[in-house]
Amino acid sequence: MNAVLQYTVQGLAAGSFYALAALGLAVIFGVLGVVNFAHGAFYMLGAVAAAVLLDTVGMSLWLALIVVPLLMLVFGMLVERLLVQWLLPLDPLYNLLLTFGLTLLLVDLVKRRYGVSGLPYERPSALDGRVQVGGVGLPIYQLFVIGVALLVCLGVWLLMTRTRVGMIVRAATERPELAGALGINVGRWVTPVFGFGVALAGLAGVLAAPFRAITAEMGSDFIIILFAVVVIGGLGSIVGAVVGGFLVGLVEAFGQAYAPTFAQVLIFVLMAVVVLARPAGLFGREEATA
Amino acid sequence: MTSIATAGASVSEQHAAIAGARPWQRLVLLGIGLVVALGLPWFVYPPVAMDIAAWALFAVALDLLLGYCGLLSFGHAAFWGGSAYATGLVAIHLGVPFPVAVLGGALFAMVLAVPIGYLSVKRSGIYFAMVTLAFAQMLFFIANQASSLTGGENGLQGVPRSFFGIEAVETDSFFFYYAALPIILLGMWAAWRIVHSPFGRVLVAIRDNAPRARALGYDVERYKLIVFVLSAGLSGLAGGVFAVSHGFVALPELHWATSGEVVLMTVLGGIGTLWGGVIGAGLIVMLADYLASSGFDGIGIVTGGVFVTVVLLFRRGIWGTARHLYLMRRSASRARR
Repeated sequence: MNAVLQYTVQGLAAGSFYALAALGLAVIFGVLGVVNFAHGAFYMLGAVAAAVLLDTVGMSLWLALIVVPLLMLVFGMLVERLLVQWLLPLDPLYNLLLTFGLTLLLVDLVKRRYGVSGLPYERPSALDGRVQVGGVGLPIYQLFVIGVALLVCLGVWLLMTRTRVGMIVRAATERPELAGALGINVGRWVTPVFGFGVALAGLAGVLAAPFRAITAEMGSDFIIILFAVVVIGGLGSIVGAVVGGFLVGLVEAFGQAYAPTFAQVLIFVLMAVVVLARPAGLFGREEATA
Repeated sequence: MTSIATAGASVSEQHAAIAGARPWQRLVLLGIGLVVALGLPWFVYPPVAMDIAAWALFAVALDLLLGYCGLLSFGHAAFWGGSAYATGLVAIHLGVPFPVAVLGGALFAMVLAVPIGYLSVKRSGIYFAMVTLAFAQMLFFIANQASSLTGGENGLQGVPRSFFGIEAVETDSFFFYYAALPIILLGMWAAWRIVHSPFGRVLVAIRDNAPRARALGYDVERYKLIVFVLSAGLSGLAGGVFAVSHGFVALPELHWATSGEVVLMTVLGGIGTLWGGVIGAGLIVMLADYLASSGFDGIGIVTGGVFVTVVLLFRRGIWGTARHLYLMRRSASRARR
């Protein structure tokens, strides 16, 4: 029982990174129709930025959690303006290829600048150690990550359902033709939404900084799992991204605990089962397919 | 929305391309291609020449799927790398001549492609790309875990080049190239035959308008699955030759970056042209070799930059652009007459 609680927390913590990043991926896909392959690289940049800011100006994790996503927001908007927007009228596969090339570029640039060994990141002492819950010692940092992820997901959900901007984005995400027919100007939101999605990937990266090894390659497996998450959740769905993210995190954690050899394969088995049973994903709709 | 395979070309150009070059031009092109293929190890370090040939077939195999059926697989490393491992294991444990081992590898890739293809062709476009990518990565993890069979991180060492006891081929890369080239050319010929067959015409019809092809009574998913398996088999031939040429198989052969690299070659050369893949492979392999030998370790910066530039500014690719210019000139001169 204690072990189950421990793995659940571990799984939800891992799932937090996936959920946050997949949320960004889903929002970008919804409004721009772009599958952003560079999302893993943006996640890596978030972690690297946090480490560099700590090392150079001594910026704490608390501040980095706000500053880095803002930097990534600007960076994402630049990427959209300079590169992605030119391919928006074409087949979405072109932007997949573009962001793939961008990934190779970014990963190698970081590798050349900061080497291949991991950058260090000391977590703040307030988040160190464990807290006793019903006789089980749970790592505070994992609980913190879950808390932040849930808060942000809730915040995004409120933004989506309670504000005008959110309504527009949601309409564009879930019913693109209808939104256009109602005269909603989706085009105006394209650049900020891309930046926002990138910021979410960056935030996941900052949260991962004290938790995972910070290397140029850290986004490499991450992006593949993220793709599995959105295929499982349904690419057009924001709820699907979050649920899929936590689900995959749990599968990974329990897999690692009970079948370590197959932990990562299990995620893709889950994906295969979902594709067989519901090709559009758990929360996706068939007509939203491209 | 135009599909990725047709975005570079207008409809009339597509028709012109179907009519294609005149027969004598085709023969001249084929002749040049053969001369280059036969002369390559005289000008390029033979193992690199072999790499070019193997990657060229890999790119042609991918183009069969991408250019002629509009399906962008981001998981073709599964078949290239899967066959590389299977070929290596067959060669090591059975000691058969290397062409037999390579055929075994290709067969393995085709068997592997059946379930992956069955699941992937249920989706198209970006979904297809993501699903193929995910399954290929699953294979990567399996190969990594099954280290007793695959050597894990260390790779599969000591793949022999057994060839009927002919020592020159077994030890000298120069002669090995000529022993392996027929396999590559056979694969290319197969791709050409597939494209220029009634089956290939149905593929193009599916690419251009799947609902219409379905309405005409073609089982679209079945056609997609068949071409997926054929493409996997040809990728497997290429991967097998690559494995034997290097004498070992490393885990990166299965990594998604390998899948991306072959897509880069195809796009750089020109999607839907077959020749393009050959040119793209030649350029990228030689570029990588040049950079590696000059001690530059940031090859991702260069290939990533090429990728971004080609996709943004040069979507027809090299061969696609050349063909476009030629066809424009021909139709212009026809209009003048």
